[in-house]
Amino acid sequence: MNRILSKRQLSAEVFQMRIEAPLIARERRAGQFVILQLNSHFGERIPLTIADADPVEGSITIIFQTVGRTTHLLALKNAGDTVEHLVGPLGQPTHIEKFGRVICVGGGIGVAPLHPIAQAMKAAGNEVIIIMGARNKELLILEEEMRRIADELIICTDDGSYGRKALVTAPLKELCEADPKPALAVAIGPPVMMKFCAETTRPYGVHTMVSLNTIMVDGTGMCGGCRVTVGKETKFVCVDGPEFDGHLVDFDNMISRLKAYKPREDADHHRCHLEEAIKEKDVV
Amino acid sequence: MSHLTPEQLTEEARQELARLTKPLSPKQRLAIPEQEMPAQDPVARRGNMQEVALGYSGEQAKLEAERCLQCPTKPCVKGCPVGINIPAFIQKITEGDYQSAIGIIRESSLLPSVCGRVCPQESQCQAPCTVGKALKSIDKAVAIGRLERFVADWERENGLIKSPDVKPATGKKVGVIGSGPASITVAADVRREGHEVTVFEAFHRPGGVLLYGIPEFRLPKAIVDQEISSLKSMGVEIKTDFVIGRTRRLTDLLEKDGYDALFIGTGAGLPKFMNIDGENLVGVFSANEYLTRANLMKGYDNRAATPIFPSKKVAVLGGGNVAMDAARSAVRLGAEEVHLIYRRTEAEMPARVEEVAHAKEEGVIFHTLRNPTRILADERGWVSGMEVLKYELGEPDSSGRRRPVEIKGSEFEMEVDTVIVAIGNESNPLIRQTTPGLQTSKWGTLIVDDTGKTSLDRVFAGGDIVLGAATVILAMGEGRRAAAAINKLLL
Repeated sequence: MNRILSKRQLSAEVFQMRIEAPLIARERRAGQFVILQLNSHFGERIPLTIADADPVEGSITIIFQTVGRTTHLLALKNAGDTVEHLVGPLGQPTHIEKFGRVICVGGGIGVAPLHPIAQAMKAAGNEVIIIMGARNKELLILEEEMRRIADELIICTDDGSYGRKALVTAPLKELCEADPKPALAVAIGPPVMMKFCAETTRPYGVHTMVSLNTIMVDGTGMCGGCRVTVGKETKFVCVDGPEFDGHLVDFDNMISRLKAYKPREDADHHRCHLEEAIKEKDVV
Repeated sequence: MSHLTPEQLTEEARQELARLTKPLSPKQRLAIPEQEMPAQDPVARRGNMQEVALGYSGEQAKLEAERCLQCPTKPCVKGCPVGINIPAFIQKITEGDYQSAIGIIRESSLLPSVCGRVCPQESQCQAPCTVGKALKSIDKAVAIGRLERFVADWERENGLIKSPDVKPATGKKVGVIGSGPASITVAADVRREGHEVTVFEAFHRPGGVLLYGIPEFRLPKAIVDQEISSLKSMGVEIKTDFVIGRTRRLTDLLEKDGYDALFIGTGAGLPKFMNIDGENLVGVFSANEYLTRANLMKGYDNRAATPIFPSKKVAVLGGGNVAMDAARSAVRLGAEEVHLIYRRTEAEMPARVEEVAHAKEEGVIFHTLRNPTRILADERGWVSGMEVLKYELGEPDSSGRRRPVEIKGSEFEMEVDTVIVAIGNESNPLIRQTTPGLQTSKWGTLIVDDTGKTSLDRVFAGGDIVLGAATVILAMGEGRRAAAAINKLLL
């Protein structure tokens, strides 16, 4: 169960894996995620978005960045290995319908969860314009996959090493001003990027959906660790989300909540790299 | 009261037993001192996760059992939600026949090791006890729960637990959703009749609230694992990492996967918050989250990858068992000060008396007639304190309890860095949201008839998903009832 079928490194810290998970592959819809755990006794449970699925083969594709202990350990696994626990699909699926012109904005690894949504939006008959952003060319992921879906693909890099030298909000603003006006924007990426995308579209009244990746334990509504403030209400990302109206999300609160365990995570990250370095040295 | 070691308590009981001359008159029985539960030293246990209550020795159990008057009215049996024949098992303990004693309990209860530890006996079997009445204190009732635990532990520690016989296969299939006390009961009772049983659990380990909620120091995980392995040895299949409503819909189990009946025992796993300002600050946790990190995810162990928030001053909001569990866990996880804030007085606290006493012994500071009005933040959005309002007791309300009334202008600030909200749970919405036709109450609990059947054919439910947040024994009782109805349906 949960056998890794393939593994591909997309950039320095980003990996893609196809994992055998027939039940999840059958039920999942765009916008949903899984929770993964590598060790029954001492492992942590982490949420990861489902980037793609193949119900015929019975597999799902996950894309992750090595940020904490579990993602580092996961990156060391290879095809043929198994993932001890995988549960899902969790969260509410994206509401897909024919809206008209839909702008999909993906930043960094946020392009991974954006991929199935863009796919579904295209399949529903929308005109899909995709804006992808990364710090530099090397960190850009899924360009070919997105190009296949997009009616227009705009690439931005912070350093200008590829595509436009701009933040994703620049082309987003231009599209809000263009005719026809977008019916919907979907922005997924680092919280700060989503916050500024929402601020960009707000004056134009373009409905903007964001997908939040908060800290979770169970992923089924039991712990409330993932809660965010949306409008005046408290919502649970795991059961009410992960997608919310970007104009109502309190991003500052969400960003501070993401840092709750930062000292511990930084220490783990540091240790993981040390361990990797030691391992490489041993091999040599 | 000074702390007596288990050895001292046993020695005292031995001497007392030697003094007893049988047959004992009721007066002599009433004169036997009630047996204190041996416990880990309060100072030592602040630094470990091991079980606090250590269990009676044989001498203590026998002596405590002699306190029972074997009264003909047996009010204790009526007080037990599953009607255990309490005087009969206690009689067997006085005879030293523990095997028969546990046999009598097992006729009515499936989880004696668990219930002996976590049942609120003082409000159930021990509340109407004649001995307690005669001695004018519930605290002096026969310690039925401790005796139950004694024989259940004796059976387990001696490797005498037998998995129940399973009748020949009927070819019928039953799905049990959730793996807490209600579900464990249904799985066992239905499997016994020869039906195929599959348990679906969302978490990576089965046991439900017994595992994620009740801490190790109150209910060792090994006991829960034992109950689960009993189920497995009966041939019950357990699928972990399986969320009904997401991985598979309930209706698909019935219509596509060939299940003949289903039991929903998904519990009350949706934490309530206070709806006050500052509740989403960094450092505010539901008790569910805090306890899950500490228990199921083993946050107390430095090998665990799941982090625990590093707290110095903790405030726990609430007065139930979950609040005590959270406060006592915070003590063990290294907090310097743990405060418990409750709106009413200690007399109204829903927590078991024993848990309140244990919490105090471990240094938890109680603040009654207090309620927070908002949680305060530092410049980073992390909890820095709490504004608290004082209350006083006013006129009795419709329930007869004196209502707490706020004292205007009495707000004061408390400096804390962590707030744990333990004011109860609502029912998890996942199944009702994904199952058309399933009727629920306005509180989101499932509506069932007197056999435990829901509004859907062949779908039963029980435990906290029906009762709202209740107790292990009530969940078990509900499971029994639903299992009987399922077995009848599948005849």
